[in-house]
Amino acid sequence: MRKDSSAAKPKRRKRQYQKQQVLTALLFLAPSLAGVCVFVLVPFVETVRRSFFNVLGNRFQGLSNYISVFQNPGFRMAAANTARFVAICVPLLILISMLMAVLVRRLKPEIGKWFKTTYLVTMAIPVASVVLLWKALFANNGIMNNILVNVFDASPVSFMSTDAAFWVLIFTYLWKNCGYDMILWLAGFDNINAGLYEAARVDGANEWQVFIHVTLPGLLPTLFLITVLSLINTFKVFREAYLVGGAYPESNSIYLLQHLFNNWYTQLDVSRLCAAAVLLAVVLLGIILLLKRAWGDEEE
Amino acid sequence: MIKRRLANVVSGIILVGLALLVIWPLWFMLTGALTSTAELNMHIGPVFNAGAEGYATWPFLPRYPTFQSLIQLLMDTPQFFVMFWNTCKLVFPQLLGQLLVGTPAAWALSKFRFPGRKLLFTIYIVLMLMPFQVTMVTSYLVNDRLGIMNTIWAIILPATFSTFPVFIMARGFDMVPGVLLESAALDGAGPLQTFFRIGVALGKPGILAAMVLSFLEAWNAIEQPLVFLKDQTLWPLSLLLSDIATHNLGLAMGASLVMLLPAVLIFSFGQKYLELGIQASGIKE
Repeated sequence: MRKDSSAAKPKRRKRQYQKQQVLTALLFLAPSLAGVCVFVLVPFVETVRRSFFNVLGNRFQGLSNYISVFQNPGFRMAAANTARFVAICVPLLILISMLMAVLVRRLKPEIGKWFKTTYLVTMAIPVASVVLLWKALFANNGIMNNILVNVFDASPVSFMSTDAAFWVLIFTYLWKNCGYDMILWLAGFDNINAGLYEAARVDGANEWQVFIHVTLPGLLPTLFLITVLSLINTFKVFREAYLVGGAYPESNSIYLLQHLFNNWYTQLDVSRLCAAAVLLAVVLLGIILLLKRAWGDEEE
Repeated sequence: MIKRRLANVVSGIILVGLALLVIWPLWFMLTGALTSTAELNMHIGPVFNAGAEGYATWPFLPRYPTFQSLIQLLMDTPQFFVMFWNTCKLVFPQLLGQLLVGTPAAWALSKFRFPGRKLLFTIYIVLMLMPFQVTMVTSYLVNDRLGIMNTIWAIILPATFSTFPVFIMARGFDMVPGVLLESAALDGAGPLQTFFRIGVALGKPGILAAMVLSFLEAWNAIEQPLVFLKDQTLWPLSLLLSDIATHNLGLAMGASLVMLLPAVLIFSFGQKYLELGIQASGIKE
């Protein structure tokens, strides 16, 4: 906060000014704050409360809802799938998007811009628009199997009802999100001090040495940021799963938390739903606090 | 020299290969919409029609390109307009709400100093990063209490108070130099005047970035309508497209393209702001 170094009289005026500032800020914030309280914060308190109560919400049950969530086979399956998805998809996403950023940066600006646009456009393509395409590609008698059988002389793969669905999901997710992460990488590259590059060039370092000794260390904050953001975003992979397998996927390998939540929701299993939501919120809060550290605490 | 050239060739192949992975689906949708239902049935019929034999194929160009499906879709399929209109009814009120509620809030968070500001900003960030699995439960509890389940408001209202656009807009307002505000105050401008004349005018990139990101998110929404709208007559296009495919492939192809066009248009006009918005989540001051 600012220190008052001025004389006594303006001090009072300043205090009054500050008071006015707080009031104005509050007025600007009021609609949003009220909405957030009514639609998120208050119901979240209710969610926590109901997670300890029975379905009707009138009898305290201690931790039994949480225990029942952990014992639920669907929850275990969804959690395991999510963990597997994170373990495979996040590293791939980071590597591929970084490779894209490195390669795009080597191009002449006009050409690089074209590629950047092309890679980013997948972000704009609605999942619903490519549903037909994905079906045509990955169905049992779809285009992929046509290529597998008739070009490579291999046996057809049942993409939708086996573990292969998981890999289709990974591919879909990468296809949709690489462009987004590439933009983050490009911003990270631009943030590296240009003077360091010049110094390295003057010292006679070649392109590869510059990359190892200047670029990579300079990218560490970006890497951390992208890792955490990608971790958080993998909980939003339901859209891609819906694209691959619909609301009720044939293959268990792409059964995700959202599917389970939808199930409990249709069964009106509110107490388990609340317990699972609280669990998830706590896990994510942990990850987000990590992210806060990446952004730096100096929000001022 | 040779090594360098080799590196260029390899990188070129990778770049073009990846680009094809994006362009081919777009090509598929464009040519698909210009192919007649009969020809579509020949190519990808095996996938969509029960009992059909053989494997699906896809030619580079349709043999007889035609606007037949698109014309039929736009002229003789009122159901399509209902679904398209359903999507619009969900998307645009959300954006308007976020604009009205979010812009002043972002301005306050970015430009005013008040006790609890940092904490509030942290809460907004945490909320914007929570996935739908968490917010669907809170939204359900409120929607149920308010009696707006199974209406479009069950989706519009929670989205209006999404904190994500507030965050992006606040990052945009951070770029507005504080000196301008001080001189405006010296000239006797009130807080509202300052907000509109300086904040909104100079913070436009941030506002547009938030709007582009929100539009793409809302246009692509699957989870929210799936959970909160039981009544299928309210469903947006995004949920119904796979249903149409089983009835008429040509119409479904056309509908896919029409669904895609607004998103791509917004993208091409707003790419600059979209990139700004993405970077806003990445750059620390």
